[in-house]
Amino acid sequence: MSAVPLGMPGRRVPDGQVGRGPTVGRGRGDAAVHPLPATPPSDPLRWGPSFPEAAHETLADPQLRANLRRATRTIRDKRLAVTGELPDWEALRDAGAAVKADVMERLPELLVELEASVVARGGTVHWARDAAEANAIVVGIAQGHGVREVVKVKSMATQEIGLNEALADAGIEAVETDLAERIVQLAGDMPSHILVPAIHRNRAQIRDIFAAGMDDAPPDLTDDPHDLAMAARAHLRARFLRAEVAVSGANLAIADTGTVAVVESEGNGRMCLTLPRVLVTVMGIEKVLPTFRDLEVFLQLLPRSSTGERMNPYTSMWTGVTPGDGPQEFHLVLLDNGRTRALADDVGRQALHCIRCSACLNVCPVYERAGGHAYGSVYPGPIGAILTPQLLGVGDTGGPSGSHDPTASLPFASTLCGACYDACPVKIDIPSALVHLRERATHPGGAATPTPTTAAMRVAAVALGGGTRFRWAARGVSVAARLTGGRRLRRLPWPGSLWTAARDAPALPPRSFRDLWRRRGGRA
Amino acid sequence: MSDARQDVLAAVRRALGRGDGATPPSSGRAVPQVTGDTARHAPDGGPTRGPDGTPRGYRGPTGSAGQAADVDLLVDRLLDYRASVRRCSPDELPAVLAQELEGVPGVVVPAGLDRAWLADLDAAGVEVLVDDPAHPLSHAALDAVGAALTACRVAVAETGTIVLDGAPDQGRRVVTLLPDRHVCVVAHGQVVPGVPDAVALLGEHPERPLTWVSGPSATSDIELVRVEGVHGPRDLRVVLVG
Ligand code: SF4
Repeated sequence: MSAVPLGMPGRRVPDGQVGRGPTVGRGRGDAAVHPLPATPPSDPLRWGPSFPEAAHETLADPQLRANLRRATRTIRDKRLAVTGELPDWEALRDAGAAVKADVMERLPELLVELEASVVARGGTVHWARDAAEANAIVVGIAQGHGVREVVKVKSMATQEIGLNEALADAGIEAVETDLAERIVQLAGDMPSHILVPAIHRNRAQIRDIFAAGMDDAPPDLTDDPHDLAMAARAHLRARFLRAEVAVSGANLAIADTGTVAVVESEGNGRMCLTLPRVLVTVMGIEKVLPTFRDLEVFLQLLPRSSTGERMNPYTSMWTGVTPGDGPQEFHLVLLDNGRTRALADDVGRQALHCIRCSACLNVCPVYERAGGHAYGSVYPGPIGAILTPQLLGVGDTGGPSGSHDPTASLPFASTLCGACYDACPVKIDIPSALVHLRERATHPGGAATPTPTTAAMRVAAVALGGGTRFRWAARGVSVAARLTGGRRLRRLPWPGSLWTAARDAPALPPRSFRDLWRRRGGRA
Repeated sequence: MSDARQDVLAAVRRALGRGDGATPPSSGRAVPQVTGDTARHAPDGGPTRGPDGTPRGYRGPTGSAGQAADVDLLVDRLLDYRASVRRCSPDELPAVLAQELEGVPGVVVPAGLDRAWLADLDAAGVEVLVDDPAHPLSHAALDAVGAALTACRVAVAETGTIVLDGAPDQGRRVVTLLPDRHVCVVAHGQVVPGVPDAVALLGEHPERPLTWVSGPSATSDIELVRVEGVHGPRDLRVVLVG
């Protein structure tokens, strides 16, 4: 087993930062519980080395790979079963795609309408250009109520902005209440999957994390998942009951009524959205939907694509403040943080259609082997590969660190097999967006400087090496045709050309990518 | 410091190529840009488009409710979620509720619940607490009571979902959240075939706080092993009346 587990090499921890996470002992079995990274990364969208380097670490961890394989396959099969039973699944996808395209076209008007609807129902709307601004708003609200602790519902947006760390800096503890997020938080770890963030941990590791991190853990806690869940229930119930401020994300918000929705399984969302006096919801601006009727589309697409259930156990919807029921003070924070940058790219814009179901992760051969941490962002997998670089502006003139950025290699973290496109409930054409972003990454600011060194081939060698046959080759031909509307997939500029050269080989022999790589004089 | 609201909205307009000063269209849905597969896979003659321009070729609201086949489907779906289901006539309801609440020391009911439903509880030794918005019970009291009994607004057969909308016979959201057992009465006439029917009904009062419940709370976060009952009620009992 690797000395540096889970694709989380020590150098990901920024120098000079002291760990806050607990040190946890060895679990039963061979898997040690590593407290890395001891601190959350300073940028939740960009940590650690480039994808190929990080994937090397993950691939060396058999436990993680076995967990990932089981998880992705299980969820994938469930999803196929419940999407297959709907006769109108494809029509729902078409509607979802069209509604999202419409939302992007009319985003300014819809945001103004949403704001007016929420305010009319007694809510307060805030606007945040970036992470720091959003964090300052939430911290300000919490401080205004004099609390030292807030309860949180799992939310990608608040992970993206590093809200928990911002609250901690202000002396306020953010208690994650989703079971998996609590595991990740107590371990001082980072999530590795959008839907099942602790998928890289097994039950023995989780038992040890709870025993070390929960002051009220039963002394005889076993590693039975039921016992572990009940320990979390008891541990969190007390915090729910005393919480005065809750922070959530939103799966969607309806412009014409001001209704906001959170989709969940455990009931921790209901607790947070119901018990505290004050609720703060942080939502990306792209999450708005035009009309209440659009719920009929997304409440069918999301649960079936996400957990592979006909419906998730709980969905909560609220509209501003309801006198006498639930929080009596509601704040909605509308977050940009790079979204308008993505919106400006009419190919990449599709990434903003994402409803965070995670179906694309579960079908991706690269994700299954590399794991979520290798993507170095809170958004892993195929969607992360197109969303993260755009939120950061990689490859743009004036982007944060141009093509030297570790995330510049993310668009190369794919075989373009197209499975993500087929799985996506809103039909985001991830392969096309990847090709487009590869071009942008290789031509930052328009200059033809091939700086993301051999990223394509390194990803291929790392993620698909180890004897795995390139079994997606045949499929790639049809994808290439689809990408170019029937034209042959054109050659990309170097180093992407290494990739297209390999993919265009008329009939890829059953030879491992490692071999191809070697024959080209490379070094895996 | 410039105004964040203005800046974000201006950035969105710039990204859409409209320029800062453009006057946004005041109403009406833009024609969706259907691209790639969406366009190619559309049914012959293009997808069905609603008056709002969205292709709504999926099964929409049917307007039907209480069909026997849908009630049966709802039962099947609920059992699949491992909720417990009882079916009875209106006359039998008080006795059935007394059975479903057996063993709990007390039950909380919303103030608007039909009191006739409670007729047999006294004899069963179940204490009834009424949550009246004018005198709401404390969280501690709700946490200590064993069960909640409510009506619902609508139930979706295809997904096995019950929706509560906070009407007087369903009460505040917290009422069905803290007690460990939730007994929910669903009348046959409240059972609709699919999600679009439910959304159409709920759209009559979109401002009400909605809770969509599909089985007891559950997690699969630990090695994908399903564990029922994390934070919400661990025990969901549906009584179908009709
Ligand atoms: S890109 Fe599509 S499949 Fe992937 S998480 Fe987003 S909505 Fe789901």
